[in-house]
Amino acid sequence: MSELNNENPVLIIGGGHSGVSAALEITEAVNKKVYIVEKKSYIGGRVLQMYKYFPKLCPPFCGFEINTKRIKSSADDNINFLVSSVVEEINKEKDGTGYIVKIRQKPQYINDNCTVCGECAKVCPEDRPNDFNYGMDTTKAIYMPALSTFPLKYSVDDNYCKFSSCKKCEEVCSYDAINLNAKENIIELKVSDIIFATGWKPYNVEKLENLGFGKFRNVITNVMMERLAADNGPTGGKIVRPSDNKEVTNVAFIQCAGSRNENHLPYCSAICCMASLKQALYLRDKNPASSPTIFYIDLRTPGRYENFLNKAQIDKNIKFNKGVVGKISEDHATGDLLLDVEDMLSGKKNKFRAEMVVLAAGMYPNIKDDLKEIKIGGDIKIDIDENGFIFNENYEGGIFSAGVAKFPLDVYMSGQSATSAALSVIQHNAKL
Amino acid sequence: MDNNLGIYICSGCDIGKSLNVERLVNTAKDSNKPVVCISHEFLCGPEGVNLIKNDIAEKKINKLVIAACSMRAKQDVFNFDPLTIHTERVNLREHVIWISPPNDNNTQLLAEDYINMGASKAKKAAFPEPLIQDLNKTVLVVGGGITGLNAAINSAKVGYEVVLVEKKSNLGGFPYSKYKKWETKPPFDKNIWIKEGLDELISRVESSKRIKIYKNSKIKSVSGAPGKFNVEIEPSDKDNAAEVINETVGSIVAATGWKPYEAKKLDYLGYGLTPDILTNVELEELYSELSENGKSESFTVKRKSNGSAVKSIAFIQCAGSRDENHLPYCSTVCCMSSLKEAALIRKNNPDANVYIIYKDIRTPGEYENFYRKMQDDEGIYMVKGAVSDISYDKGNNEIGVKVKDTLFGGDIDLNVEMLVLASGMVPNSGEIEYGQDVNLTAGNPTSASGASCPPSIPVSTAQVAKSGLLNLAYRQGKEMPDLAYGFPDSNFICFPYESRRTGIYPAGSVRMPMDTVFSVDDAKGAVLKAIQCVEQTSKGKAVHPRSNDMTYPFFDLPRCTQCKRCTEECPFGAIDEDEKGTPKYNPERCRRCGVCMGACPVRIISFKNYSPDIVASMIKSLYIPEDPTDENYRILVFACENDAYPALDILGLNKINLSSNIRVIPVRCLGSINNVWYADALSKGIDGILLLGCKFGDDYQCHFVKGSELASYRMGNLKETLTRLVLEEERVRQIQLEFTDYMKLPEIVEDFVNKIKSLGPNPYKGF
Repeated sequence: MSELNNENPVLIIGGGHSGVSAALEITEAVNKKVYIVEKKSYIGGRVLQMYKYFPKLCPPFCGFEINTKRIKSSADDNINFLVSSVVEEINKEKDGTGYIVKIRQKPQYINDNCTVCGECAKVCPEDRPNDFNYGMDTTKAIYMPALSTFPLKYSVDDNYCKFSSCKKCEEVCSYDAINLNAKENIIELKVSDIIFATGWKPYNVEKLENLGFGKFRNVITNVMMERLAADNGPTGGKIVRPSDNKEVTNVAFIQCAGSRNENHLPYCSAICCMASLKQALYLRDKNPASSPTIFYIDLRTPGRYENFLNKAQIDKNIKFNKGVVGKISEDHATGDLLLDVEDMLSGKKNKFRAEMVVLAAGMYPNIKDDLKEIKIGGDIKIDIDENGFIFNENYEGGIFSAGVAKFPLDVYMSGQSATSAALSVIQHNAKL
Repeated sequence: MDNNLGIYICSGCDIGKSLNVERLVNTAKDSNKPVVCISHEFLCGPEGVNLIKNDIAEKKINKLVIAACSMRAKQDVFNFDPLTIHTERVNLREHVIWISPPNDNNTQLLAEDYINMGASKAKKAAFPEPLIQDLNKTVLVVGGGITGLNAAINSAKVGYEVVLVEKKSNLGGFPYSKYKKWETKPPFDKNIWIKEGLDELISRVESSKRIKIYKNSKIKSVSGAPGKFNVEIEPSDKDNAAEVINETVGSIVAATGWKPYEAKKLDYLGYGLTPDILTNVELEELYSELSENGKSESFTVKRKSNGSAVKSIAFIQCAGSRDENHLPYCSTVCCMSSLKEAALIRKNNPDANVYIIYKDIRTPGEYENFYRKMQDDEGIYMVKGAVSDISYDKGNNEIGVKVKDTLFGGDIDLNVEMLVLASGMVPNSGEIEYGQDVNLTAGNPTSASGASCPPSIPVSTAQVAKSGLLNLAYRQGKEMPDLAYGFPDSNFICFPYESRRTGIYPAGSVRMPMDTVFSVDDAKGAVLKAIQCVEQTSKGKAVHPRSNDMTYPFFDLPRCTQCKRCTEECPFGAIDEDEKGTPKYNPERCRRCGVCMGACPVRIISFKNYSPDIVASMIKSLYIPEDPTDENYRILVFACENDAYPALDILGLNKINLSSNIRVIPVRCLGSINNVWYADALSKGIDGILLLGCKFGDDYQCHFVKGSELASYRMGNLKETLTRLVLEEERVRQIQLEFTDYMKLPEIVEDFVNKIKSLGPNPYKGF
């Protein structure tokens, strides 16, 4: 490799699959430092909340395990993390060699001494809703945030910890790993490039008032379904409905919940068809008596994903209904849901009863809102489109994007875009 | 080599409360004669780590046994130079005290065994000797289309030399002769001239000092390995076959693109009935011709049959695609391309009606904008349904299209003047002869030692195209292994570029169906992997999935029996062979999985820190009680390092008990298990052996592609050994385990332990 002309590190905003992939691809190709700034207290991102990936129905942890091994074995401490951190300001370096970035890191109550022995959580008296499980269960205020937490240590939720009025965890820790008086850090970095790998969140489906999310307990989202199915989820992997913990058989999947709708998300979120097919298949696998129905406009399974659609279509207990669900109401007596469906194939209006409804919530790019919170120097060009995607990268300025920050992509294509962004970074710094 | 062993036992995290650490120290001393053996209550703390560092400096400790937590925890703390210090982690926490009752003799014995196994391994392990070399770093790009051009220019932009080989006389590839494409950036709702940007890209490639271009050329052969590939380039025109040019390159981007599905196979959709039935590619050519290669913006689309302006046209989507009898996959680009072509008809023939007959319209992401715009056009009719008949009325010169199961119930009949078949993409991945197994011949069926050596069967070996594009001089076949339908794609969701030939990365529509927008990105990703491969390799480091590993296997060739099993079974085709069948190992192609080591019946293949001998000594170090009580049954578990081992860790984190009868040995891959270990274990008195490894089959999760499947296959061969020992074959069992299956482990283990108890103890115990 020819030498690089800027020794400053690369800033990667977001430590999910795309951000971690970009970091690894850069550092395994050239000797360059990267800093991953991650909002959460752990690396891995939203994919760790998935039960299984399509189309192989394999768990996300096995690839993540390889990536953490790559990080641990990487040379020269080139990969650095700032967890529980957000970027607050980005300004151009005066000499034009990159950017000065201001990062705010929440207090690090747990230090690297933590051995995850778990004594602290045993004595913690406070509960918090578990965001990893989308609030469907609770943890203690001091907790292990994910199944495969990296860096491996506990976290403290400062919204629920009673701090100086409690301190039980501090007292019980034998390793001097807890400091509830920790203060937040402001970190300033000079960076040569920035990769936005900020990912997505599920669209706020409460805005689709006709579909009843938030009003009816048994209307859930696709991401919640992943947690219900997961062995480490709130129900230990049993797919039961929230209102009465009844194991469900008759489940309706409603596609394009927000997507392809000019009043919500005008674009197609690209993953929801595959995700619902996957969920229908694992529901069938977990509960052979189940009979899911998928309400869709178009089934979008590009390339060899078509195989996956075939796999679902062969199962006669998975029903496909090309139709638009106009409205959902609840049968209060049973907790069941009544769907008004306009069957596009017959043109008829039908009623459909389901025990649980899974809304295939679209992907909403985080950066659309996050960018508003960051103070960005006026002369910095970040080309964000009307939907909130940074598809057009700034090659001269060294500002790139990867994963869903760039376009609605699945995990596989996010890896592709992260690898491509890694090359862009090297190109931007290549001394020719 | 000095063997200065230091054993450090942590008593923190309740280890000291659950085990008799003093006894552990004493037995570790007695069994292993270390230079140092101590315990510490917080070994990963600064004091503990300094203690180790001081011993390294003062007592010249070079073999560390750290009996504490999992090797997956605190790796940053117990981090010593691997080239001079061997660090062996013994997992007393996750794999002992967190899954076993405290202060129990069986728990204590478990811990003692693990320390002895770790010490035995540390004593035998040698330090890696990384193969650091100066390597050629030129990138060979095969194919001069959109993907290839982008691969070439992007390699040059990072300072790498490029050799670009294009079979045709001009660069630009498939799109070059076409007319328009859809916009390549948001909002994706317009069409632009196809050559916009392409001519400039071609001229940048042609004028780059770093890019050497061979047009009208193809690859005659590729031999060697990453950093030292020898490439023979010959003219595409066979008549001119005299001249063969040799180039040396470091890595390869295979951007050989696609071809349209053969039109004559679309006769079931009326192709051939009249010139007015044409494929989407032929329509593009017609546009290109009518626009005088883009010179003219406005032209009228005329019928090929009689030259009159087209007033009605239908597109049939998925012509050949999504069809088990033709192309089972979705070609991904045809929905957008038909919408684009429909828009062009509507612009140039404003009176024309356009029908698009489809199953599902697939316009992912922001491409939806383009579809929405087309839906607003009153002259475009979207017809969801299945085509049931195509007919041609010669008298009226009209094409009849019957569509059934339409959205509005019932069938409809359309009469149109022109019919376009949206035919699919076929990857240019070489000529594949389906139904043929890879041409692997069984080698010498008996080994020199007389050990039985049945022929190996390629397990789930992908189809390898016979020839055509790369013409690899590899023992396992000439082209890239095909994943599905001729696409040499990665089967790893997390690692989209992981091909099964190290240093060769497919990109663009040869890898999977994709359009030009995504091909540009794909080219860049493949280039990154290509340069990363040569950079890592030149430092003596492995590439994915054991990135940064500096060990590699050694072959003690004088003892080789030429059985060819290693050359056949290597998942990455890293081993060639000479005429006699002696393996010719290429370390630069190797991924360090150890499948060859597992395959070798005479055990001549070993890593410095992982070998048949090292594992045998670990097994030998186990204490096997003779008294046949329930707690004295001993089950050896070979666990895949990447999935099964962490699953055991997670079980520990959840503090769920597991039988104390088991002894776990982590392996790089189940495929690296040498059958001799079974014999070693059973003759030692181990009662049963359990293999925990990845799923195999079409959706294999094994990161070495077929390691776990090979282990399963080889267990078939094991039966003979067991019969010879007069042992039941049920004493060995393989379970396919996912990372998240940790909750299933107690049941899996208990079930197996019960099975073994029902068989009774191993009769060799105490021999």
